[in-house]
Amino acid sequence: MSNSDFEPKIVGFCCNWCSYRGADMAGTARVKSAPNVRIVRVMCSGRVDPVFVLKAFQQGADGVLILGCHPGDCHYVEGNYKTARRIPLLKKMLEQLGIEDERVRLDWVSAAEGARFASIVNEMTAKVKELGPFRANGGG
Amino acid sequence: MPKLKMALYWAASCGGCDVAVLDINEKILDLAELADIVLWPIAMDFKYHHIEAMDDGSIDVCLFNGSVRNTEQEKIAKLLRQKSKVMVAFGSCACFGGIPALANFFNRDLAFERAYVEAPTNANTERVFPQTSTQVEEGELELPEFYDTVSALDQVVAVEYYMPGCPPPVDLILKVVDALATSSLPPPGSVIALEKTLCDECPRTKEEKKITKIYRPHEIIPEPEKCLLEQGLICMGPATRGGCGARCIEANMPCRGCFGPPAGVHDQGAKMLSALASIYDVKDEAEIARMVDEVKDPAGTFYRFGMSTSMMKRKRI
Repeated sequence: MSNSDFEPKIVGFCCNWCSYRGADMAGTARVKSAPNVRIVRVMCSGRVDPVFVLKAFQQGADGVLILGCHPGDCHYVEGNYKTARRIPLLKKMLEQLGIEDERVRLDWVSAAEGARFASIVNEMTAKVKELGPFRANGGG
Repeated sequence: MPKLKMALYWAASCGGCDVAVLDINEKILDLAELADIVLWPIAMDFKYHHIEAMDDGSIDVCLFNGSVRNTEQEKIAKLLRQKSKVMVAFGSCACFGGIPALANFFNRDLAFERAYVEAPTNANTERVFPQTSTQVEEGELELPEFYDTVSALDQVVAVEYYMPGCPPPVDLILKVVDALATSSLPPPGSVIALEKTLCDECPRTKEEKKITKIYRPHEIIPEPEKCLLEQGLICMGPATRGGCGARCIEANMPCRGCFGPPAGVHDQGAKMLSALASIYDVKDEAEIARMVDEVKDPAGTFYRFGMSTSMMKRKRI
């Protein structure tokens, strides 16, 4: 399959208090964005266990997007800081496992940032399209 | 009770598990009393065709150590499975892939290149690699085929019991020997160790965990009473099954994770990564990046013994 007709599957974890509402805002405001991100609502981006990210890839995701409240804005005060510490270490480990850096993205979207949500989704989709499909246990 | 028939086998392993069986000291006599050993390549001179000649299910218990990474190991694993009533994955390699499974960050070509060309002691300018078949004057010579990916035993054949450890500690071996003697084995599928994590049985004092720097074991001499993680050492305790008696901890060394994940955990590495990053006491992006950098080899550290049974199983090459 050539990259031009490849439609990536991206799992997007959005926190209940900011990013999910930001996604909602994007919808209410009718901001157009790529349909490739399947959103999973979690109470806090800190709930995103690194196992979830591995499981997404194992079950056929081509990319994983994790969105939380901006630093300092976490509904649970510290949750997004935990995410901010885990995901960079996870990305370093995923690289060793042959999973490209751009397949996982951590970013912050507030409840008011519908347009920002849409642009992150579009950027991520374009990046993963460029990388092509993820083959779990592929090669070797 | 008639004497039990027992087989011991080593696949991709270092031999340490076989030595661990001998480490039960004088109890080895009880074992000899209890069971006739029908195969034990490291110590006795039985051949594969002796096993092939036996009836299916006629071996009572097989202690299989080592992971599976070539055709011979897979063939013997299948043969012993067919002939054995009870199959025990003995040691971390058979349970989770173990140290050999670190080869899953490479493949056969890369492993051969390293072993037969790049390694400094080689003088192999003609690039000679092992072949599965070679013709010589006397006829054909055969070698087993080497796989790209190292597997745990239960990824090749069904397994009744798991006995983790690098190597399994003597008290757990004796527990199994006693269970065999008294026909009181636990339900199939059991792991012969604790359900909880190593932290649960660790004798050290634990307080709130907050660290701002990660040390490698050679960089500091840790305090003997205080939690090693709290001292900035990567101790795999939070993501590792207990039951080893905290042997490394007692020697003032951090846990390396050889007992595999505790009950209910599928991916030891991801859980350990999560536990470690959660106790970073830094908020600034640059400081977080520095602490990430201080973990020199996250995949090799967190999956040191568990690559085969991890969710990704191998590197995507």
